[in-house]
Amino acid sequence: MTQATADQAKGSVLAADGTPLKVSLRRALRAQKLRALMLIAPLLAFIIVAFLMPIADMLFRSVENQIVPDTLPKTVVALEDWDAKGDALPGEPVFAALHDDLVVAAEAKTHTRLGSRLNYEDSGMSSLLRAAGRGVRKMSADEPYEAQFIDMDKDWGDIETWRTIKLYSGAYTDGYLLNAIDMQKTVDGPELKPASQRIYVMLFLRTMLLSLTITFFTLLLGYPIAYLLAILPLRTSNLIMILVLLPFWTSLLVRTASWKVLLQQQGVINDLLVWVGLISDANRLVMINNATGTIIAMTHILLPFMILPLYSVMKTIPPSYLRAAKSLGANDWTAFWRVYFPQSVPGVGAGAILVFILSIGYYITPELVGGTSGIFISNRIAYHISISLNWGLAAALATMLLIVVLALYWVYDRMVGIDNVKLG
Amino acid sequence: MAALPPYASTGQRLWYWGFRAICVAVLFFLIMPILVIIPLSFNAEDFFTFTKGMLALDPAAYSLKHYQDFFSNPDWQQALRNSVTIAPVATLLAVALGTLAAVGLSQPHVPFRGAIMAILISPMIVPLIISAAGMYFFYSRIGLQGTYWGVVLAHAALGIPFVIITVTATLVGFDRSLVRAAANMGAGPVRTFFKVQMPLILPGVISGALFAFITSFDEVVVVLFVGSAAQKTLPWQMFIGLREQISPTILAVATILIAISVVLLTVLELLRRRSEKLRGMSPG
Repeated sequence: MTQATADQAKGSVLAADGTPLKVSLRRALRAQKLRALMLIAPLLAFIIVAFLMPIADMLFRSVENQIVPDTLPKTVVALEDWDAKGDALPGEPVFAALHDDLVVAAEAKTHTRLGSRLNYEDSGMSSLLRAAGRGVRKMSADEPYEAQFIDMDKDWGDIETWRTIKLYSGAYTDGYLLNAIDMQKTVDGPELKPASQRIYVMLFLRTMLLSLTITFFTLLLGYPIAYLLAILPLRTSNLIMILVLLPFWTSLLVRTASWKVLLQQQGVINDLLVWVGLISDANRLVMINNATGTIIAMTHILLPFMILPLYSVMKTIPPSYLRAAKSLGANDWTAFWRVYFPQSVPGVGAGAILVFILSIGYYITPELVGGTSGIFISNRIAYHISISLNWGLAAALATMLLIVVLALYWVYDRMVGIDNVKLG
Repeated sequence: MAALPPYASTGQRLWYWGFRAICVAVLFFLIMPILVIIPLSFNAEDFFTFTKGMLALDPAAYSLKHYQDFFSNPDWQQALRNSVTIAPVATLLAVALGTLAAVGLSQPHVPFRGAIMAILISPMIVPLIISAAGMYFFYSRIGLQGTYWGVVLAHAALGIPFVIITVTATLVGFDRSLVRAAANMGAGPVRTFFKVQMPLILPGVISGALFAFITSFDEVVVVLFVGSAAQKTLPWQMFIGLREQISPTILAVATILIAISVVLLTVLELLRRRSEKLRGMSPG
């Protein structure tokens, strides 16, 4: 009570329970914030476990290289003093350490896994290590191990074998990431791979180029439709909107399947062209299993993603501006180009970035209609995960792709704002 | 532009009709691939193009045999069963967690709102192949790879951004004084939510659920990696069919899926109208 009177004397307002109003309000605000966070917490935890941790795991795998130091602990330590730039092979202590490590590894059968790991960097390592796993048991401790190893396989006397082991002896490596941009680790630091082995930069560039082409075509086809939707009376435009939304809602595989049916050499479009007489039966067009197939199918699939943002911007442009321009003497083209188009640019930007982001990571459609010349970087990632089993490289390629997408997404967020994404 | 004025010049008339012709051509491009599948699925032959008999509208050239194959082939039936057991559970999970979080996000004072929103939306932004790779690596570490629950969790995560976006959009038009009024009359927060807030935001929740459902139902990249043969869904079976031996049964399945999309689209459109009416945004 005395406290309250003192506060009153200082002129601060009191809440009903006698605490100063400021304190009481702050407490209420904190409770409100806490309640909001409590409602969000379950979902946040779920997304972190089910989605963000997998992404983090993938990023981790693109640099992780535990298997070498785990399988060859003594060799890795012994190699520390060896100068990889020199011409001399590592000394006898290293060969002895390798022998000890391989005896343990062959017991646990981990040497073959190490072999396939090092084989990504230097082909031949897999068979070399598999043979060594069998051979170490027969070696005698009385003779020098170096001679016995070289006797078993002369590759152990090749300095490149040792350079590879030394370069990849760390628990973490930038090797996969360098590989993903067509570079390799050498004793003199990272350098470009020989021209015949460079594939990923070209694949990234092709992915970008095809995505740009697809974005351009969706814009070319989408702009008139969005404009038509914006100028027609609501009743008519709603009907046309259904024609735009139906493909949007139809399964991706259904649309890809129909393009496969349409574009085949014995397919509907070729049949039609032959029937009309535009092409002869012998010269049917090859429109599938190449870049053309990917571009046609993906333009169709991504077109609604261009039309919807364009339309939502165009809807807000008052038609009276165009009339005003015309009454001031502009002809139709000038009125459109100088007055209407500049106002629709935010929609063009939003739609273009959205389509580009979506197309750059596409996997299914290029896989099914792209053949070899129409595949994207995603197809290579999938190949390394499920066929070549080089997970580190797959993770490194995915990391690169993720960086590109996040950068584009940042631009999109600055331009449009993620809260403004409209669905349907 | 909407209607051609009587004083329009020849050039303007030409452009007016030319523009409409272009639009019709683009709309044809949009809708034709979907429509062409439907008659082809009734083909009596195992061809992927129109036979002479079909063009002559000969009833003998049409048959339901590809549909029969779909309903009798154990591979397709297993895939259908997997699809209808995975998608609803993933949807339920996404909607329950997503709606709760959307209500939280729409409170007036949320710390780190921007960052939280970015995290919750991220499954929609990251390309599917990257999500699939990450989930494959991580789920094999924790033993979820190749299990039913692994696929359900992955699909729920992919559907959540859609629920968040649609439900927060509906909550923007929600009058918060209704919550205060309910509290004033003695309703607890849970009761207020189910009796006052939920009925009003229901259209948004349902359309979010439809988005989450179709995301899971149509999804193929993630299930290819996270699932094993026992979780083979309809899109997966279609993917294999398209890549290896393209069988006409796919066209029958595609037609069925188109019918499902039409139903979903209709429901969504009705919901959108209802939601706008509830929020007083449109007179009709």
